[in-house]
Amino acid sequence: MNGTNPVYRRRLFMHRIGIALSVAAMALGIGFLLWILLTLVVKGMGALNLSLFIESTPSPGGTGGGLLNALFGSVLMVLVSTAITTPVGILAGIYLAEYGEQSRFAQLTRFVIDIMLSAPSIVIGLFVYALYVANARHFSGWAGSFALALIALPIVIRNTDNMLALVPTALREAAFALGAPRWKVALMIRLKAVRSGVLTGILLAVARISGETAPLLFTALNNQFFNASMNRPMANLPVVIFQFAMSPYDNWRTLAWGGALLVAFGVLGLNILSRLLFTQEHPN
Amino acid sequence: MPGNTATSDQAADMTTDTTIQISNLDFYYGDFQSLKNINLTIPAKKVTAFIGPSGCGKSTLLRTLNRMYDLYPRQRAEGQILYQGRNILEPGVDVNMLRARIGMVFQKPTPFPMTIYENIAFGVRLYENLSQGAMEERVEWALKKAALWSEVGDKLNKSGLSLSGGQQQRLCIARCVAVKPEVLLLDEPTSALDPISTAKIEELITELKEDYTIAIVTHNMQQGARCSDYTAYMYLGEVVEAGETDQIFLRPAKKETQDYITGRFG
Repeated sequence: MNGTNPVYRRRLFMHRIGIALSVAAMALGIGFLLWILLTLVVKGMGALNLSLFIESTPSPGGTGGGLLNALFGSVLMVLVSTAITTPVGILAGIYLAEYGEQSRFAQLTRFVIDIMLSAPSIVIGLFVYALYVANARHFSGWAGSFALALIALPIVIRNTDNMLALVPTALREAAFALGAPRWKVALMIRLKAVRSGVLTGILLAVARISGETAPLLFTALNNQFFNASMNRPMANLPVVIFQFAMSPYDNWRTLAWGGALLVAFGVLGLNILSRLLFTQEHPN
Repeated sequence: MPGNTATSDQAADMTTDTTIQISNLDFYYGDFQSLKNINLTIPAKKVTAFIGPSGCGKSTLLRTLNRMYDLYPRQRAEGQILYQGRNILEPGVDVNMLRARIGMVFQKPTPFPMTIYENIAFGVRLYENLSQGAMEERVEWALKKAALWSEVGDKLNKSGLSLSGGQQQRLCIARCVAVKPEVLLLDEPTSALDPISTAKIEELITELKEDYTIAIVTHNMQQGARCSDYTAYMYLGEVVEAGETDQIFLRPAKKETQDYITGRFG
């Protein structure tokens, strides 16, 4: 029994090689992630102070300043696009799950959504620019929200569709067997059975659009001043980071690091939250 | 046809109080015919068991009785299933109302993702507008009917998923009974349960037949012998032999039936 069997010894050897390769691959990924996070913390910590949250972005050559306008704009635009995406995405996901096998139209929709999932975000930004900004003749928070919603929408739809597909047929049949109409089975039984998974998808979509820069460049643009009107150009963290990081002013670059730190840890927090939420309801 | 002779045998002693009368029933999954010319009577307030090897069509037959197959576009049934003087296979039948009269319990327990109370109230609310008090009474009544009240009466607000497998299955029976159906269809209701839970469900079936007409599909021949009054033996989509359970198990008329029952095949 002491590992003398040659077949067994060979298998053990292969096993060790496999495990070693897996650990190395994981270490590579985790290593870079930690490197990025560590750099952000080291360089961004200097910007973390009260004025970061209560002052707006400084003028060129001005001193100090903060990111209040960008934080506010980002949160507002993400909230608006989430409010658009959530109902539309969930209802579309239900449609695909309920009719996706039978209807040609549903199959086509699912295909188009898969394409949208991998569409470059700058294309979506340009699309909203051509459709909305060019006609309205001004950049605005609305345009930014629409662009972000177009990026989040396919994520929410596809995730809802996938989650609903996990519901066992027997559970749906049990509801039908009581004489429940289809819409009640879809909303009150099927959707309810996977609600935490659907919610997780929404959180992941929020995390994704929180860091998007390209679609906002052509839509919300940026705004040096604090602005709460969705009809005007709106400051937002990703574009501020993009512009300030390449500026010649030291205080701008510090703010860019601070902003990057906020975005990165905000997104990390959302991901951890969605993970916790999902594992709480699905312990296995 | 074996099915036909079986029915004429049956007809002699089952003329009274017939609940469901199946005649010339064919069933297709796409191009594949899985039920062939079924003729069978399911008598009121008795337990009728469908037995036979896997794939013989017994579950399919059960699923035609509440038109469960309607959910799947490639499945269709032809022939006649008379229930309350009407052929339920006709296009004009209100399937939801039909399913409220003919309840179904599945192989695996299927509690809804909600509280025990809500699991039962869900079905009731589909057809009745009860006050809170009346609903509470109905929930208690259904749980007592399913012999589950003593175990869950004090935790109605717990999730239905927190119960054990056997309790979940009795919850499904309670849910089914709560909408006050006339017929219960049980599709291998104990195949996912341990022996003690199985014994409880079998006991329950015997009690429930006082009030309900029951059709049960079972893989377990002892179960069929223990809790049914009538038995239909099916093979390859046909009813080979049907009649009183005692007769089928003790003096089967056909050799195929005897072979299956004595375990020589199946």
